[in-house]
Formats: sequence, C-alpha cells, structure tokens
Amino acid sequence: MLDVVQKFIQKVLRELFRRRRNLKLGLYGPPNGGKTTLANRVCQDWLGEDMGIVSSIPHETREIKIKEQISIKSGKKELSFNLVDTPGIATKIDYEDFVKHGLSVKKAKQRAKEATKGVIDAIKWLDDMDAVVVVLDSTYDPYSQVNITIIGNLQARNIPVLIVANKMDLKKSDMKKVEAAFPQYNVVGISAKYGKNMDKFYEALFALVK
Amino acid sequence: MLTLQFVPYEEVEELTSNERIKKLLGMVKDERIVVLEGRLRKQEEAELIRRTMEEINERFKGIEVSVVYPEKKKGTFGRKLKSNIAEMLLGDRQGLTILGPASLIKEIRKDPDKIQLFTQERKAKKKKR
Ligand SMILES: Nc1nc2c(ncn2[C@@H]2O[C@H](COP(=O)(O)OP(=O)(O)OP(=O)(O)O)[C@@H](O)[C@H]2O)c(=O)[nH]1
Ligand SMILES: [Mg+2]
Repeated sequence: MLDVVQKFIQKVLRELFRRRRNLKLGLYGPPNGGKTTLANRVCQDWLGEDMGIVSSIPHETREIKIKEQISIKSGKKELSFNLVDTPGIATKIDYEDFVKHGLSVKKAKQRAKEATKGVIDAIKWLDDMDAVVVVLDSTYDPYSQVNITIIGNLQARNIPVLIVANKMDLKKSDMKKVEAAFPQYNVVGISAKYGKNMDKFYEALFALVK
Repeated sequence: MLTLQFVPYEEVEELTSNERIKKLLGMVKDERIVVLEGRLRKQEEAELIRRTMEEINERFKGIEVSVVYPEKKKGTFGRKLKSNIAEMLLGDRQGLTILGPASLIKEIRKDPDKIQLFTQERKAKKKKR
C-alpha cells in the first residue's frame, strides 16, 4: 500500500518538474521535408539567427540539434521551449543516391554512415519529447510507412502531435491529402522556405502545448 | 531470383519483440520479400527501423515496409488508429505486413514486369519436375 502511495507521489513530482523544466519541442519527419528550414524560420522570427544547414540532398541533418530557450508571443500568451531539430527518419539509405547528387564516392559513403546513426538517434530521442511537430513534404504521398510509424509511436507515447504540410508554395502540394491521411490531427499548411502561414503555425503551437 | 516468403502469424506470435524483429530482418537480409500475416507493434516498427540502420552497409541498403489492412480505404487510417489504440499497441493478426530489401524493391519498381517474370520462371520450373 505504502508502495502505491510512494509511486503516486513520485508521479506527481515528476509531472510538476516536467512543467518546470523547459519544454522540448521536436521536429520530426522523413528526410528533406523541411524540418531545418522550419527550425531556421522559427529561430529567425524570434531570435534573429539560423539554427542549421539546409540542403536539397537528403540526410543533411545527421545529428540532433537543440536551440534552447525560444520564447514566442502572441497577444498575452507566451510560450518557451527548446527546439530540437532531428535527422530525417528513413528505412533505407543508399550511398549511391548521394553520388547521384554529385558527392564523391568517399563522401557519399561517409554521409550514408552518418545518416544511419542520425536515424538511430532520432528514434532514441522520441521518448524525450514533450511535443512534436511532424514536418511532411506536402507534394509527396503522406501514406508512407515511415510517416505512419513516426506518428503511431508518438501516439503510443502520448506525445502531442502537430502535423505540418510543408512546401505549400509548390504546385504539386496537396494539403487536403495530408489532412485526409491523418484526420484526428491538426494539420497546418505552410511554406517554411517563404514564411507563408507562419502565424497559423504559431497559433497551432500554442494550442498544441496549452 | 526473387523469393517470396509467407510468415503465418503463429510463427511469430510466441516470439519476443527482439526475436520477432531479428527473424524478419534476417529473412530480408537474405534477399527475400516477406509477407507477414498481421502487424507489428508500433514500438516494434520503430525498433525494426533502428536495427535496419545498424545493419546498413554498401551491399545492404535498408528495407521497404508496407502494411496492408484488409479494410483499409484511403483516408481511414486516422479514424482506425483512434478506435484501435489498444490493438495498435499490441500488434495483431489483422492485415499483412510486407517487407523486403530496398535494393530489390527498387529494381522491381523500375521494371514491374520482373515480378511476373520471376513468377513465370517459378512456374516453368515446377512444370519441369
Ligand atoms: N519549395 C519549398 N522548398 C522547401 C520548403 N521548405 C524546405 N524546402 C527545401 O527542401 C529541401 C530540404 O529542406 P531541409 O530543411 O534541409 O529538410 P530537412 O527535413 O531538414 O531534411 P533532413 O535534414 O535531410 O532530414 C531544401 O532544398 C529546402 O530548400 C518550402 O516550404 N518550399
Ligand atoms: Mg535537416
């Protein structure tokens, strides 16, 4: 009986501390969706600086990156968090794809090796997130197993999820399709690159972490 | 040569998550396309990706996975997810999980006739016997 009480108290304490310490907001998704572009946009908007390197070659981000203490404001509301940019999650990595993008064979093999480690880290860090923004390229089919695995795992861990349908500036973008694929989630269509709909995105962030 | 391997649910039901993933990944690394009756748990899916990443090298380029639900219609994924949280966490025998080596799937994508070709080859072989 005492054991139960103790466990309960521990749980309450943990919850309290969870609120006290800085909230970790993760950016997750498949490679090339625009996670780092969005991270840079957020950092530019509120800190006036960039966060990471963006590239058209997939697996540009191969290490977890954290930007601490970002405070965003909207009217009287204020929200502080640590932004965590993660490597894109994939089920396959072929160094020859990087060669096709113009890398030397040596560099391509190195990138592939680092990319596999990046995916492993991203998965490991899932448990540490307090809330997650899943960034999808809205010109692609949203029904991919990687997307389903990421979102399913977040749901299984009770981590709140906001889905961003990115690259809405492109003609092929299909935001309706993303909404249809994940109807129980809030989906915001944005262009991280051109800063379109960012106000809607910030509003959704407030709603996400309340 | 293309080999399809069917794995009935019974064959993985009693295994621990660890053993289950090891078995499936082993078959895929053996250049087989695996058709598993049922679905993995969400945590197992993530673990499968993690393990795959550990195994990737110049020859083994990773996997492709696809889950087919019997009643899956486009657009119903979310609703289904919501109503079946318990089921989703446990994994179950509903649906099919298809997984294979990424490089092999890429070849088939480039040339879908290959599958037909392979199956015809098999039939021809059988007839000979
Ligand atoms: N048209 C358009 N392109 C975008 C947008 N956002 C990102 N991109 C482009 O998409 C590519 C990938 O962007 P990143 O931000 O590096 O993507 P990522 O998700 O961080 O990728 P990884 O780090 O590899 O996982 C780059 O070429 C970006 O310029 C957008 O809103 N519109
Ligand atoms: Mg990135």
